[in-house]
Amino acid sequence: MTTLERLQQLARTRFGEKADALGPDTDFFDALGIDSLQALDLLTDIEDAFGVEVPDWEMQDVRTLGGLAEVIGRYGG
Amino acid sequence: MTAAAERQAPLAVAAGEDGVLEVALQRLPCNEIGTAMLAALEGACDAIDAAAPRVVILHSTVPAGFCAGADLRELHAGMLAVEDPAERRAAIADFLERIHRVMDRLDTFPGPVVAALHGVCFGGGFELALTADLRIAEKNTRFAFPELRLGLIPGFGGLPRLRRDAPAGLVRSLLMSGRSLGARRAAEVELVQQVVAPGEALGAARRLAAQLLRYDAHATRLGKAFVKPLPREDLDEEKRIFLELIDRPAVREALADFASRTDAHPWLPRAAPSP
Repeated sequence: MTTLERLQQLARTRFGEKADALGPDTDFFDALGIDSLQALDLLTDIEDAFGVEVPDWEMQDVRTLGGLAEVIGRYGG
Repeated sequence: MTAAAERQAPLAVAAGEDGVLEVALQRLPCNEIGTAMLAALEGACDAIDAAAPRVVILHSTVPAGFCAGADLRELHAGMLAVEDPAERRAAIADFLERIHRVMDRLDTFPGPVVAALHGVCFGGGFELALTADLRIAEKNTRFAFPELRLGLIPGFGGLPRLRRDAPAGLVRSLLMSGRSLGARRAAEVELVQQVVAPGEALGAARRLAAQLLRYDAHATRLGKAFVKPLPREDLDEEKRIFLELIDRPAVREALADFASRTDAHPWLPRAAPSP
């Protein structure tokens, strides 16, 4: 499974059906209405799923699953 | 927030199993520490003194987390409301002394203090958790000291307590970068003693408390005092630095900016605009 596919799976688990429509370039913050608590949960999900530790600021400008996959790749996930 | 939630006391103290007292933070949205929570925490310390339990459990009933730290909106409004600088500094110093007394009382409680944590454990909330002897965190717990983005350092005793419990490199990383630390990573450096599934921290804390009660109270008391001394000089120095920093225009601007934030990462400085 690719990083992108695993991220789509995580999004589905955390956000339910509304995450199904997310493509690699969809702005998921807008599409899912993510708030600060969910942003923290997302970071924990990513750290758990990929065994990486990503500093918060690396996620601050990332708004697409494709962008997330790129960040995770930089940290060896 | 509903009217019922506004009327609810910021925390509740309840007797648990024989010899256990549970302090539940319950102020929406995330147990922010302003004047009301401070007074409630002072009341909780008095209740602990009166009940003289063997073990204290700190936890939160608020879904968002254990505690998001100081009530920055109240702090900002309070700083704007007092025009005289000397009066303003005195009010801040008074708050600081009171919250330090609360933290010190919890820290030096003669028996074990167990913190059951989940979700947001930031700033003053992290500092409150650091008064505990043992921390149990649900896996979604995240710890951070975001104070530097306000032009401040943690002011409720957090740095000396973190230095007591964590490696120096981690202390610098949390202070200087403002990054958040997940429960599993926190457990790797023993900031957290147990990581549990969501919703399981309080139950695990109660089972731990039951275990702690099986040991000799007098020996526990002497052992705790021996291995966990209060870092008195560092606490005083942290207060001094905090008071030196807080009454500056840059801090007032940062507080005003924080109050206006609606993005998903308000604990970080604003992202640089895209080129």
